[in-house]
Amino acid sequence: MALKRRRAVREAPPEAPPVSTGPAALVTIDALGRKCPIPIIMLAERIGEVPVGGIIAVKADDVAARTDVPAWCRMKSQDFVWEETLPRGWAFHVRRTY
Amino acid sequence: MAYFDAASTEPLHPAAREALLEALEGGWADPQRLYGPARRARMLLERARAQVAASLGARPDETSFTSSGTQAVHLGMLGTLHARRRAGRHLVVSAVEHSSVLHTAGQHERDGGKVTTVGVDRSGRVDPEEFAAALRPDTALACLQSANHEVGTLQPVTEVAEACRAARVPLLVDAAQSAGRVPIPGGWSLLTASAHKWGGPPGVGVLVVRKNTRWRSPLPEDDRESRRVPGYENVPGIAAAAAALEAYRGEMELDAPRLSALVELIRERVPRLIDDVEVIGDPVERLPHLVTFSCLYVEGEALLTELDRLGFEVSSGSSCTADTLRPSHVLEAMGVITHGNVRVSLSRGTRAADVDRFLAVLPGAVDRLRQTSGVTG
Repeated sequence: MALKRRRAVREAPPEAPPVSTGPAALVTIDALGRKCPIPIIMLAERIGEVPVGGIIAVKADDVAARTDVPAWCRMKSQDFVWEETLPRGWAFHVRRTY
Repeated sequence: MAYFDAASTEPLHPAAREALLEALEGGWADPQRLYGPARRARMLLERARAQVAASLGARPDETSFTSSGTQAVHLGMLGTLHARRRAGRHLVVSAVEHSSVLHTAGQHERDGGKVTTVGVDRSGRVDPEEFAAALRPDTALACLQSANHEVGTLQPVTEVAEACRAARVPLLVDAAQSAGRVPIPGGWSLLTASAHKWGGPPGVGVLVVRKNTRWRSPLPEDDRESRRVPGYENVPGIAAAAAALEAYRGEMELDAPRLSALVELIRERVPRLIDDVEVIGDPVERLPHLVTFSCLYVEGEALLTELDRLGFEVSSGSSCTADTLRPSHVLEAMGVITHGNVRVSLSRGTRAADVDRFLAVLPGAVDRLRQTSGVTG
């Protein structure tokens, strides 16, 4: 459960998370250039567009999204599936559970 | 207005004001000289040292005054790393230390030293076993705060101190958030604190270096403060800080349980009053006066501004602002929502009525901001 060693020190670049290619997203939200909490507001608004069990992705480049998207999934009992590193930012893949 | 930001600074204690004015009159002379007014200043300084040392569980000759808590941390860390560089250049810190610790660690790393950062669990607490496992034969210093400044979680200082003693590694405890409020666990080698957190004046920090702890000034030495802190002592400020600590500690013995109950009320009510909110930090092993929660879909700064308009001075760990562009390293390390974050820290004598009024206006404030950003239930 515990999150261990997410950062070396604050100045250090984020460690690369385990990246695996997962199932493709049915809907992709473009939140590039948008500051928190906009990316997860968009995610919450649009997750209903995929069926239960389907994958929705959020593209974002605000570093806060790397913490906020998994934390949102935990709070809202959705599944955080995987994080893809993009040339600019990341694509966070979430499976709708209900 | 209700002041809910004691974790940033506690308002000046009346005992501090009285002692400050007295010492400005009677303690203005150079405490190192040998004439009457100098001896009086020296007496004030040494009395203050004895008071503060006793409060922190230290000896007077182990206790030095600095110009801030941050300077105490810098001197404590750099002086130990310097004195023990033959033992090794490895430093262990927790991921949720104050920025003064992490910035010093960053500099140590840029200077060729090694740093291990011990992570925390969801409540913001380090695992003592994981901390112990980070200690190595070449570890020069380990740092662990007594309590977290953003979420209030108490750290397992006693267990970590035991592990450090077994590994013969000095432990620096940053006690800025807990000194004067809760008892300080023992077993440390260096301790730092800051007077304005307990109702003393700004500009006074404390550095305690235990006997038998190897330490050498990282700065050019001069003859003040047992050669630990260069520069002329702020005798009036120090006298006021000591008077504040004694008065504050006495009051906190009675007031802390009352503040803790008010924090408990906030912890319990906020999730029932507001949807999509998470109260963070350890619910039991925590500071008595501090509670932090995060509201989904709300920008933290907008919420603080709205609460200020409504008469509440609160702070936030989140910093989604143009000037930092980084979320709080504490919230990040805990893996909790970094936005919509509110830290309520109650000061001496905060009234229950203020907390009730806060709980009455908070849901409306969150609701208005969510509607502005287009979130509808």
